[in-house]
Amino acid sequence: MQRLNRALLYFALIVFAIFYLLPVYVLLTTSLKNFAEVNLRSMWKLPQSMSLDSFKMAWGGNPLKGLKGLSQNFMNSIYLVVPATIISSLLGSMNGYVFTKWRFRYSDTIFSMIIFGMFIPYQSVLIPMVVVLQKIGLYGSIPGLIFVHCVYGIPITTLIFRNYYATVPTEILEAAKIDGAGFLGIYRRIILPVSMPGFAVVMIWQFTSIWNDFLFGLVVAQKPGIQPITVALNNLAGSYFVEWNIQMAGALLTAIPPLLLYIFLGRYFMRGLLAGSLSGV
Amino acid sequence: MRKTKEEKILSALFIVPSIVLVLVFVYGFIAWTGWVSLTNWRDVFPDFTYVGLRNYIELFQNLRFQIDFKNILVFTVLFLFSCIVIGLFLAILLDRKIRFENVFRSLYLFPMAVSFIVTGVVWRWLLNPGTEATGPIGINMILEQIGLGFLKSRWYTDPNIGIKAVVIAAVWQMSGYVMAMYLAGIRGIPNELSEAAQVDGASIWQIYRYVVLPLLRPITLGAVIILTHISLKIFDLVVSMTGAGIGFSCDVPALFMYDTTFRGNFFAQGAGIATILLISIAILIIPYLRYSLKTGG
Repeated sequence: MQRLNRALLYFALIVFAIFYLLPVYVLLTTSLKNFAEVNLRSMWKLPQSMSLDSFKMAWGGNPLKGLKGLSQNFMNSIYLVVPATIISSLLGSMNGYVFTKWRFRYSDTIFSMIIFGMFIPYQSVLIPMVVVLQKIGLYGSIPGLIFVHCVYGIPITTLIFRNYYATVPTEILEAAKIDGAGFLGIYRRIILPVSMPGFAVVMIWQFTSIWNDFLFGLVVAQKPGIQPITVALNNLAGSYFVEWNIQMAGALLTAIPPLLLYIFLGRYFMRGLLAGSLSGV
Repeated sequence: MRKTKEEKILSALFIVPSIVLVLVFVYGFIAWTGWVSLTNWRDVFPDFTYVGLRNYIELFQNLRFQIDFKNILVFTVLFLFSCIVIGLFLAILLDRKIRFENVFRSLYLFPMAVSFIVTGVVWRWLLNPGTEATGPIGINMILEQIGLGFLKSRWYTDPNIGIKAVVIAAVWQMSGYVMAMYLAGIRGIPNELSEAAQVDGASIWQIYRYVVLPLLRPITLGAVIILTHISLKIFDLVVSMTGAGIGFSCDVPALFMYDTTFRGNFFAQGAGIATILLISIAILIIPYLRYSLKTGG
């Protein structure tokens, strides 16, 4: 009985694992098939021979067919994600430091007002955002996208750092104060050196969500030349003349950077997830 | 900590920029959008003539909006229910001292790391019913081969299914998240509690039913709030997987908002949809925020 139960348990776990892996299987096998082998009827078959043609096409495009590859958009996403991640993480760290160690009048109220910003539907800020970005000359540019990602990243980065710094004992800071350290000294010499795990969580979170963002990219970056990869992938997949193995290869290219982070730094990714659900507040 | 004047200034320098940005770009913009929804801005050129609630009245009479309203309700209910049942089920299974627990956990959670656009592109092919020429493909082909052919379906191309097919992809992406929340919750329950129940002769399933589940209530509440707010604003997945669908059978308010605002230039109507979305999410989130910030200290 006990044995049968265990067997059933593993059976259920494996069935679910298959469900989560199905799309990965199709993505991988399809994008590794050569063009002759790509056929909807054999979409579940393993490739007879390995071929990177689909990736080459999805990455570099095919000028003969007027197909634009995703390489430019992949780089756009990198140019956008790296600065936006760094800036929004720094802002979060500075805010978290003040909200935990230098609380002021109404700081809890202001904190919750900031946190609310991570739940709003961005549709409710899109129209003014386009108008303002046009006014300040950032509309339709990568710096414009960096800017909006920094602003709308403030709530989550502040939340994660506030929770993180709440675990740093205030007595240490008070001791440092007695030794003559000031606001900046404490931040630089005590807070920042213990912040690395916090930065890992926040930066992985921000990298993943900015990389995966679609709405801001769609609205702010209209010209194909500056579109992030999610927007370009959606266009690629939406045009009927693009073979589906190229679409799959493109989807895989889009998924790879966050997946690598997940595979190698999953621990930190997990903590960001739980922070995002507020279950660690 | 007690602050000197210099420290007060420095701490303000740290935090005031963020506060100002949030005030302007979140609260200011929300107010601005709310105001646009009360104006007559119907084409490329802004027209700020006040028209009261006319845009809202028009919206509720609009057939597309009525369909969207029904779709988002159906989507939210199915999505929530499936994610919570699957998430809780997997968390309980994984809690049973499983070999390779890490491997299973990572497999269930990895879709969270992927963009909704990737999910949409892949699932559009998986749930593609195929044509006369190709015969059944994707999931339909698998169903047929494992003897479940009667489950074959036209999925999102059938207007009677529409948005319900998108639920499958959304559950694929988000159920692992719920599993992670529950698993963290279960692991946070002190062992003594279930040990005491065991001493009293409770079976494993009784322990889960009467000890663990009641203690997981706050997690369920958190999951419901998080999933509902994701569901109400769902956009990326629908755009990349199905679009609005036949007879708007896959359409959602966020997609209508994008279309009418940025394609139709009917800014006032777009602002109206955005405001309705915001209010429905605020009703949900504000009490929850107050509750979690209070209990979490």
